[in-house]
Amino acid sequence: MASEMVTIYVMGKAYEVPRDLTIMKAMEYAGYRFIRGCGCRGAFCGACGTVYRTKDDYRLKVGLACQEMVQDEMYLAEIPFFPGNKATYNVDKLKPNSETVLKLYPEVFRCLSCNACTKACPQDIEVMEYVQAALRGDIEKAADLSFDCILCGLCASRCPAEIVQYNVALLCRRLYSAKIAPRAKHLDKRVKAVKRGKFDKELAKLMKMKKSQLAKLYSEREIQKAD
Amino acid sequence: MYTGKILESMKRLEATRGERLHQEIPLLSPDDRQSLLEGFHPDYKEAIFRTLKVGPSKGERTPKEFADVFEAYSAIDPAKFDLSSVDLDVDVLVVGGGGAGAAAALVAQEHGANVLLVTKLRLGDSNTVMAQGGIQGADKENDSPAIHYLDVMGGGRYFNDPKLVEALVSDAPDVLAWLERLGVMFDKEPDGTMTTIHGGGTSRMRMHAARDYTGGEMMKTLRDEVLNHDVPIMEFAAAYELLTDGKKVTGAVLYNMETEEYLIVRAKTVILATGGGGRLHVSGFPTTNHYGATADGLVLGYRVGAPLTFMDTIQYHPTGAAFPEQILGQLVTEKVRSIGGQITNVDGNRFIYELETRDVEAAAVIRECLGKKKGVETPSGQPAVWLDTPIIEVLHGAGTIKKRLPAMFRQYERFGIDMSEVPILIYPTQHYQNGGLKIDAHCETKVKNLYASGEAAGGVHGRNRLMGNSLLDVIVFGRRAGAAAAERAAGIKRAGKLSLDHLSKFHKELKSARVGKGRISPMLLPEYRRPEAAKKKINALA
Ligand SMILES: Cc1cc2nc3c(=O)[nH]c(=O)nc-3n(C[C@H](O)[C@H](O)[C@H](O)COP(=O)(O)OP(=O)(O)OC[C@H]3O[C@@H](n4cnc5c(N)ncnc54)[C@H](O)[C@@H]3O)c2cc1C
Ligand code: SF4
Ligand code: SF4
Ligand code: FES
Repeated sequence: MASEMVTIYVMGKAYEVPRDLTIMKAMEYAGYRFIRGCGCRGAFCGACGTVYRTKDDYRLKVGLACQEMVQDEMYLAEIPFFPGNKATYNVDKLKPNSETVLKLYPEVFRCLSCNACTKACPQDIEVMEYVQAALRGDIEKAADLSFDCILCGLCASRCPAEIVQYNVALLCRRLYSAKIAPRAKHLDKRVKAVKRGKFDKELAKLMKMKKSQLAKLYSEREIQKAD
Repeated sequence: MYTGKILESMKRLEATRGERLHQEIPLLSPDDRQSLLEGFHPDYKEAIFRTLKVGPSKGERTPKEFADVFEAYSAIDPAKFDLSSVDLDVDVLVVGGGGAGAAAALVAQEHGANVLLVTKLRLGDSNTVMAQGGIQGADKENDSPAIHYLDVMGGGRYFNDPKLVEALVSDAPDVLAWLERLGVMFDKEPDGTMTTIHGGGTSRMRMHAARDYTGGEMMKTLRDEVLNHDVPIMEFAAAYELLTDGKKVTGAVLYNMETEEYLIVRAKTVILATGGGGRLHVSGFPTTNHYGATADGLVLGYRVGAPLTFMDTIQYHPTGAAFPEQILGQLVTEKVRSIGGQITNVDGNRFIYELETRDVEAAAVIRECLGKKKGVETPSGQPAVWLDTPIIEVLHGAGTIKKRLPAMFRQYERFGIDMSEVPILIYPTQHYQNGGLKIDAHCETKVKNLYASGEAAGGVHGRNRLMGNSLLDVIVFGRRAGAAAAERAAGIKRAGKLSLDHLSKFHKELKSARVGKGRISPMLLPEYRRPEAAKKKINALA
């Protein structure tokens, strides 16, 4: 099945590629072998941020090379690495509030509310909203809104205030989960029970069983009804 | 979005939705399960295997694509290779920047070791970051490590190594607590209780999740922690060969993926946490795995004499995307079925209970398409069956999919398919390497001072892994490997001499087995260039 061809410009150089390919597959079709700029191939790792422009349009657009389809007369370059600022910290010792965020990432103050980050995000995240939430100290909201972030760096590449949104978001999610969300009490209880050796005997018994005994237990085991 | 025959078939599926809502399909009997597997699971197809003629697992069979990388020469000529200047000297060398590698590095450093983590792509570019569905752990009142144990053994067809399973289920609660403390955003009830659901083959609802980015959320947190602890890391640095003193492992040769320069690392202990081999594309199956999943760690370990185990069983995920072609092979998480998604054939009829173990589920889909000819044919010719997703919204309310499966929803939305309104098309895809390097409960391989953990190791899951037990495995055994390798290193004054004698020996064996010189491994990265483009090249700058 021959498919229609389009012309793309990889860092300015023209290649003919089939129209029904993602940018990533089109570059491979053209003969590129990725070392950088390709990780998961499925929108999970953020390795393949790409900036592009189409013909007769002055606007710069961004997207993930593994997800975005090629278009005719597309001019593109991958940004496989973004030199964003990352603070180092010990989550255990932090308080989940705006002072913490601003101490570690004072540049958050500089947000101009221009929304360029939100427009850039390939994950459709309300990036500016979460930056603003972090600034206000609404850590829970920042964590919730930013949850789907894949650290591609495209937001930061467009930010006039040089904020590294994804690292701020990561801090907030860790703060929320470690410091605000209530702990799972049943988990601590179980950890202690395991340490006390509560299950050792039963496990030891199972470990000694022959295949046939295990198989019998297995097929007779009770299955919890889903609710 | 769907047209022609596919659309017609979809209408039939919609017509049966009402009666399917409360239809109960029982689990298959052990006999039916076995005959289904023997008839349709790729693991039972003799023609895809080859028996190894060389190396520590000589005589065992493995899919041809794996045999091709195990029985291959190194690009290094051991007779000519200069090992005289050591570039780096560490206690523990961790190879691989996924979940197992990150956990191992953190724990080894915590144990006082001088650690170096090297990885082929970036830290976190891995299978771990792609895991969506969840992580198991028996932490609820109605559950216990013993019940978990039985599920794991049954899932693995009782071939699992009991010691490894015991470690897996016993460490699980502590692993979850560790991740919770580090700030992994688990799905919880308002009072902090973990939200848990079923997965294929679980007898209790013990699947914990962070929406449908469970592995991503874990990986982002672990990566952040590695950076916060200033663990020395080197990205785009592949381990290319191990070094030994003749018996014990003493270091490795690293390969800079960009400059092509090599570095010699002396290490008291080495942990292989290089993950799986989906990118070898067994029998041409598409895969869910990340770009660097080329089984390198197995190759390296094999050459120094570490035996493999269960390399004759591969997990095919029953629900890989079959349409549109751009996402062929990518994972449709099992959670879609855990929360009520149903699998139907071209007529809209169910043919298997949705939460059978993966091997059974995959075999049933293959049988429906290839055996019973009841599949849906997609434009690319790829056979498929339906996964009825809108039924989830009928069961749990409108908006459920977008809320509980945001990654899935977005994946399809990008290609113009709203999976909360229309069903999606699926077919099995190569997903997980059940086997790997044989290890003990401290993750040591048969070669002294060489450890392995995570997907690169085998034995924990027997012949079939259950969903959620692998994210658990990588943290349980990543931590164990980190601790054991650091402790061992603490007792070693200085790693012994560095040599490639094992490689000379291995090359000789290959030669006497008449393996052609052209076969080189480890693969490092798959070849996806257009064949004409890849072939027509000049090595001009060599
Ligand atoms: C799409 C998908 C969904 C999944 N969903 C689930 C789930 O819901 N629940 C579950 O339990 N499991 C799931 N799994 C399985 C699970 O995610 C993996 O088995 C597990 O994360 C493997 O972790 P790992 O650390 O062993 O390997 P990986 O995470 O793959 O890490 C291996 C690392 O080693 C690097 N590497 C490879 N070769 C070299 C080399 N030569 N030198 C240096 N570095 C190298 C790789 O680049 C990578 O960084 C899923 C897997 C996939 C692919
Ligand atoms: S928030 Fe920024 S880093 Fe995260 S996915 Fe969106 S654009 Fe990428
Ligand atoms: S791009 Fe930068 S300045 Fe603009 S809204 Fe986003 S964070 Fe604020
Ligand atoms: S390659 Fe991972 S997001 Fe595109």
